[in-house]
Amino acid sequence: MRRLLNVRPNSGLRILLGVLPLVAVALVYLMASQARHAENPRDKLLPTPGAMAEAVQLMSRVDPLTGDRPLVVDTAASLKRIGVALGIATGTALVLGIGLGLLPVLRAPLGPLVAAIAVIPPIAVLPILFIVFGLGETAKIALIVIGITPVMVRDMAGQVAAIPEEQLVKAQTLGSSTWQLAVRVALPQAMPRLIDSLRLSLCPAWVYLISAEAIAADVGLGYRIFLVRRYLSMDIILPYVVWISLLAVAMDVSLRLISRRAYPWAHPVRSR
Amino acid sequence: MTLLTFRDVWVEYGDKVVLEKVDLSICEGSFVSIVGPSGAGKSTFLRLALGQEGPTRGAIDLDGRRLAAEPGPDRGVVFQKYSVFPHLSARDNVVFGLDCEGSWFRGRLSGARRREALAQADMMLAAVGLGDSGDVYPAQMSGGMQQRLAIAQALIKKPRILLLDEPFGALDPGVRLDMHELITGLWREHGLTIMMVTHDIKEAFKLGTRVLAFDKRRRDPQAPHRYGSTAVYDFPLDKPGAAGPEALAGLGS
Repeated sequence: MRRLLNVRPNSGLRILLGVLPLVAVALVYLMASQARHAENPRDKLLPTPGAMAEAVQLMSRVDPLTGDRPLVVDTAASLKRIGVALGIATGTALVLGIGLGLLPVLRAPLGPLVAAIAVIPPIAVLPILFIVFGLGETAKIALIVIGITPVMVRDMAGQVAAIPEEQLVKAQTLGSSTWQLAVRVALPQAMPRLIDSLRLSLCPAWVYLISAEAIAADVGLGYRIFLVRRYLSMDIILPYVVWISLLAVAMDVSLRLISRRAYPWAHPVRSR
Repeated sequence: MTLLTFRDVWVEYGDKVVLEKVDLSICEGSFVSIVGPSGAGKSTFLRLALGQEGPTRGAIDLDGRRLAAEPGPDRGVVFQKYSVFPHLSARDNVVFGLDCEGSWFRGRLSGARRREALAQADMMLAAVGLGDSGDVYPAQMSGGMQQRLAIAQALIKKPRILLLDEPFGALDPGVRLDMHELITGLWREHGLTIMMVTHDIKEAFKLGTRVLAFDKRRRDPQAPHRYGSTAVYDFPLDKPGAAGPEALAGLGS
């Protein structure tokens, strides 16, 4: 009898096994929804697929009051907020992380500060952000940035500090200055990890985005689901949640592809 | 001619004495092997020459000038591992030294100067037997190939002295013999000055023109850390030296 850890499904079977749980979840939902609708045709808790499709159509049609398509403007607003925030966080993590990881004179004063900021729960500073930046876009973007940047900076600094001393010495014996060492040795070796770190930060970033939108916004995916919650509109909330997940997955997959394309040396072919 | 001089050099960490009273001079064109038991300060001695750390007392001169207390392009180095950059292909690893010299901001040459540098790198790669492996990344190379690459990478800067820290320690015996041949050939051909730390006494005598043995001269049973190591034996071997410094001028051109 082979050990369990040595049993490896082939690629076709693996895809099938991956799809199976998703299909099972969908089936369970359909059955539960049907059961509830059999009892009460006006049930709102578990809407039927047809009702959800109708709701999606309604949301993507032009709203005569505002002249916009709610789904489109919500998506655009949310993506803009999260995109700008991820950009700022990544840039900061790159510059600060390489600086902290490479230069002891920078690590001495800034290391404890970053560590201290990292333990502050970001949602707790949200009121401060609203007071300082007002209720506009800046506060929402700032919340995401404050939420994910410290972790990314520390991760990046750790990664750069873990570059073997031998490599740093070797670069210096090849005539490399501190700047050249940062640009040609530390930066490229840190990039794959930065992308990984960004992928891991996507989930908290969405959490902060939706929290900020839920509290104070007039457009956005998070704003919309918290708005329609008042009318118990599960037929809108559920497709929105699926849409948010799809956006998050798409971002994750494209980041992974970028990393594989740009840094092939960091992705050795593995047997398992 | 004397290249590197250690004058009454001491290295102390707190109250622990690692090296004491090291008085040595290394001649140009010599191949100095350094042996000794673990913890006898061999690697510390090499790090001094490298500038990775400075002496607590005493002075080290290179070419008659006080050695800067940080690594520089006049001293090349090959470590036992992690000597090459994993994110660069073999050719880019070798060009790295020329890139840094020619482009302070980007750290990367471009255009005709880069093509020229690449041609030089390819010759260097061929000289260490990696002529066909220019596009290969270090992770795809065997241990012996990685060490060949590390040597090529160091030599392209034409260092005054090449420092080897147990360079062949992690290699198979057969590969190690090939590497002995390679390093002896390069040393002769290019008139290098080499200092090599090794655990293998046979290797030390086979390759070196001079063997230094580091150990403690005195021992205090109550406080063994209070006495440091020094070169207790210094065997000059009667071997023909390297070709001379003029051969270095033709390196890689």
